[in-house]
Amino acid sequence: MTKNGRWLWLGFALIAVTLLLLPFALQQVGTAWVRIANLALLYVLLALGLNIVVGFAGLLDLGYIAFYAVGAYVYALLASPQFGLHLPFWAILPIGAAVAALFGVMLGAPTLKLRGDYLAIVTLGFGEIVRIFLNNLSQPVNITRGPQGITGIDPVRIGGVDFSRSDNLLGVVVSGPMKYYYLLLLVMLLIIVVNVRLQNSRIGRAWEAIREDETAARAMGIDTTSIKLLAFALGASFGGVAGGMFAAIQGFISPESFVLVESVMVVSMVVLGGMGNIPGVILGAVLLSFVPEILRWTVEPAQQALFGRMIVEPEVIRMLIFGLALVLVMLFRPAGLLPSAVRKRELTHERIP
Amino acid sequence: MSEFLRADDVGKSFGGVHALAGVSFSIAKGEIYGLIGPNGAGKTTLFNVLTGIYMPDRGSFRLEGRDITGLKSDRIAAAGIARTFQNIRLFASLSALENVMIGRHVRTRAGVIGAVLRDRRTMAEEQGIERRALALLDYVGIRARANDSAGSLPYGDQRRLEIARALATDPLLLALDEPAAGMNASETVALRGLLGRIRHDGITLLLIEHDMRLVMNVCDRVLVLDYGEKIAEGPPAEVQRDARVVEAYLGTPSAA
Repeated sequence: MTKNGRWLWLGFALIAVTLLLLPFALQQVGTAWVRIANLALLYVLLALGLNIVVGFAGLLDLGYIAFYAVGAYVYALLASPQFGLHLPFWAILPIGAAVAALFGVMLGAPTLKLRGDYLAIVTLGFGEIVRIFLNNLSQPVNITRGPQGITGIDPVRIGGVDFSRSDNLLGVVVSGPMKYYYLLLLVMLLIIVVNVRLQNSRIGRAWEAIREDETAARAMGIDTTSIKLLAFALGASFGGVAGGMFAAIQGFISPESFVLVESVMVVSMVVLGGMGNIPGVILGAVLLSFVPEILRWTVEPAQQALFGRMIVEPEVIRMLIFGLALVLVMLFRPAGLLPSAVRKRELTHERIP
Repeated sequence: MSEFLRADDVGKSFGGVHALAGVSFSIAKGEIYGLIGPNGAGKTTLFNVLTGIYMPDRGSFRLEGRDITGLKSDRIAAAGIARTFQNIRLFASLSALENVMIGRHVRTRAGVIGAVLRDRRTMAEEQGIERRALALLDYVGIRARANDSAGSLPYGDQRRLEIARALATDPLLLALDEPAAGMNASETVALRGLLGRIRHDGITLLLIEHDMRLVMNVCDRVLVLDYGEKIAEGPPAEVQRDARVVEAYLGTPSAA
């Protein structure tokens, strides 16, 4: 036990050091890679948020990116020349989370009685509705500037530190993306702690009960209505936080960033990594956001070297590998790469009728 | 006889089928009340309208004088009626302990903030939930299986676990839908002991059962349903001799 504990701590320490030094290593390869790492962290945030809805409560949500969009637009509208508002980062993030949570309830309330495929269809529609709204809210009153998107979004400023510029810290150059990396790391850590604690709580158990058998959960006195809405709202608020960070980092957002494929991507991360298992979900998000980038940087040179010209676009190969990976995981590890103990049981044990 | 649960003219139809055609009865506190009848008589439907799974078309239920007709099933559980299901509905992939802990949900309060902050009150509540759940597993005799997934337990243990989960809600009335179904003789004897203990601890029992030996042995009174109607009520020994009951079970002499 103590020996195991020691190894566990050693593992944690190793991971922590790696995560802390990673941006410096990536910076050596190119700033682009730090940005890719930031994007990966954003996907981890999204996947953790969706995991509450899909993994814990078992409600399949195919429109999750809508909450990311809501968070991003809240940030963009409150900190850009669009309305001349420039609220500070720490004030907007909670507002974004709250507005996204409200949207979560708006999606949750009419779909309370739906399960499985039917819920998936409605949530998918919801995601599209939000995107189309953002696309068209430029008339009669110009709110979102439609497909043009919102530009000039303020970067994060905390104290005197501007996250859009490089700083010299004790002789070490810390670039803007690197600062965002550490900020995202911090937010991720916070969200992981919240997730772990929720999972092992009265609320977490109620979600699991609903996922397992809603009728029985209700008969045991769980108010499934409010507990489900809570899952939608909390999951959405995490998406909203991620969206706000995204808007600040990018400085520009448009509805194009919030298409259905993005929702599908986040669901895939959760499923591939291991629904309901927090380390699994993180692994899924990291893999699915890094592998395509690695392909992008290797496929073209490899083809140039082999054939002297490019035959297959990296994007095509990416989708090919992505599809193949999902099929293989579903065949050989149906509960995900790092499945939760519960899911593993679910898929291996025959239920006694 | 103090009136504990009172059902008045409860009716429920599915399309043209009168699953319950105006059934009235009352249960006294501390009683073990049996509900018997041939298949399709409406026993489970009565359970379902009592526990809020279905809305009754007419009639009313009163628990200790309080009208609980048509409440949603989570409110019914909060009011003090817990149930088990004929076709066992455990949270199959969760552990036995977690199943019982979920039963404590309705009597505990911690919300999101408590869960995230893990303040002293929340942690004390969590410990209380776990302690109580373990004690209940002990009570029904499956403490050793606490960490096994509910779905992997043998059939008889699953029935016991369902009872433990229902007891975790601190019910006034425990409604059991065929608890002995699928049990062997020795398991049934053990179940009889358990039912006796539950009653001894002050919980009133409503019991659907096909095992007549069990019904005759443990029930104080039974209600016999046939085609959604009450055809007899009384002590088991009396009901057993009732001509209409015999007819419902065995058919009329001329038809035979």
